[in-house]
Amino acid sequence: MTFALGQLSAIVATSLFIFALHWMNDPKTARRGVWAGVAAMAIAVLATWIQPEIVHHGWIVLAIVAGSLLGVPLSRVPLTAVPQRTALSHAFGGLAAGLVGTAKYYLWLSTEPQYLTPFRVTAIVAEVILGYLTFTGSLMAAGKLQEVRLIPQRPVTYPLQNVTNIGLLSAAVALGVVLVLRPTEAWSGTWVFPAIIALALLFGVLLIIPIGGADMPTVISILNAYAGLSAVAMGFVLENKLLITAGALDGSSGLILSIIMCRAMNRSFTNVLFGAFGRVTPAKAVTEERIYKTETAEGAAQLLEQARFVVIIPGYGMAVAQAQHKVRELHDQLTRRSITVKFAIHPVAGRMPGHMNVLLAEANIPYEALVEMDEINAEMAQADVALVIGANDTVNPAAQTDPSSPIYGMPIIEASKARTVLAIKRSTRPGFAGIENDLYSRDNTWMLFGDAKQVVGDLVKQLGAGAH
Amino acid sequence: MHLAQETRPPAPSHGAPPPPPDYWSMVFVFVLASFIGVGVVRRVSRLLHTPLMSLTNAISAIAVVGSIVVTGADYPREIRILGAVALFASVTNIVSGFLITHRMLKLFKKS
Repeated sequence: MTFALGQLSAIVATSLFIFALHWMNDPKTARRGVWAGVAAMAIAVLATWIQPEIVHHGWIVLAIVAGSLLGVPLSRVPLTAVPQRTALSHAFGGLAAGLVGTAKYYLWLSTEPQYLTPFRVTAIVAEVILGYLTFTGSLMAAGKLQEVRLIPQRPVTYPLQNVTNIGLLSAAVALGVVLVLRPTEAWSGTWVFPAIIALALLFGVLLIIPIGGADMPTVISILNAYAGLSAVAMGFVLENKLLITAGALDGSSGLILSIIMCRAMNRSFTNVLFGAFGRVTPAKAVTEERIYKTETAEGAAQLLEQARFVVIIPGYGMAVAQAQHKVRELHDQLTRRSITVKFAIHPVAGRMPGHMNVLLAEANIPYEALVEMDEINAEMAQADVALVIGANDTVNPAAQTDPSSPIYGMPIIEASKARTVLAIKRSTRPGFAGIENDLYSRDNTWMLFGDAKQVVGDLVKQLGAGAH
Repeated sequence: MHLAQETRPPAPSHGAPPPPPDYWSMVFVFVLASFIGVGVVRRVSRLLHTPLMSLTNAISAIAVVGSIVVTGADYPREIRILGAVALFASVTNIVSGFLITHRMLKLFKKS
């Protein structure tokens, strides 16, 4: 009876999970998706808890209470810190998979070795390798995003890096094969299994070390896919179809986001999978002195006031300067004058997929004003002003014109097509990837040097003064 | 797919040959679920990719069901400790994942 109930609840939970993701296709229905997910989770947990084999309840309650106590503060982090929270939760997902795989192996080894069939051991090896490498890899990514002092922000590279990494992974897989062939030898439990864990943990660290900040959206998406796959492997070990389904949903979501991020950065997927990315190509020495035309807040405000259609192109620099609320005021000032304002969102703007949308939504900018890259590029020629705030590589024309540029081929927001470009920048220093941007020295570009929050605030003040 | 009939509970007697796990139906479920996942996620609004990731994160913390069994069954103490830590990690993901997804989705407003 409880067995059938368990199976039935798994089917209900699976359906609810699929609905939850389906409802995410529109911001209007998305919140329903969260409730569907919560309901599915509650059903699945209760159905498992009432199974007859669960005889000890104290530790379960304790772990649930402790997890909730940590989970609540983790859900209240500032939205700029959501990428590191996400990386941390990939780490927890990987850790859970790795630990359950470890527990299952030693349980079967000590009590029922006949359970260690090749299929089960293969699944355990996959679960343990994926779980532990996701654990340390995601911790590294979270540390880099949080700018923890112990973890280098700059990409760390050394000779034979790829060979080392692939060698480590191959060694772990080779030991996994040994374990599949000889799962119950005395040395399998004492040496082979711990060695696989150690190699996976080390591989996770070394995989993320060569990656710089600009690649974080891709890395987080890939780690998401790994975390999902480790849950799938766990489902195979436990012969639990609900777990396989939920892991597959998570994994395919991570995969799709990885592909979107790769396309947006013009990197190949295989390149990324082998960790051979994030290399910062040293910027070419600047051969000529560039000439920048600067504009005052007053002049820029006038340009904006005379426009009918303004495209604002935000980058992560806007969030770093905490300028999004001033940007909202600017948006309000302009829309009040019946000027059309749209925000052009590059897929990799921010530190994780969709990050910029969340940051702007937090500043109360209506989501209809947030337009994705392909759509806005089609309208850019009609824009009177393109206002670049804290974006750099995502508007660099070199991606389209200069085959020698490291970002050549990367799709960009074509700001230079607008009649006038206003670019807010702290200094003439190149951006994240260390690449010169000749958008700033074009004929129709005017620079507004300064802190983004300050400059946008000045623009708002100018527009406010002229409103009456 | 007759999910309810295919998996049988493990044989209760120790030492008896275990029933062979139903490999093929598990692989079958995995492949179908991946296709469904790709189909559904591709339609997710680009606006919502950050909440999507926190939601799928919480969903894959369904691993909690495995941790509950390892923690609560009549297993050796060391095994159950591993299970309890895994359970703690999964519950953290469930709680923080759903709460932060809800918090972010509330921000998306029409004009």
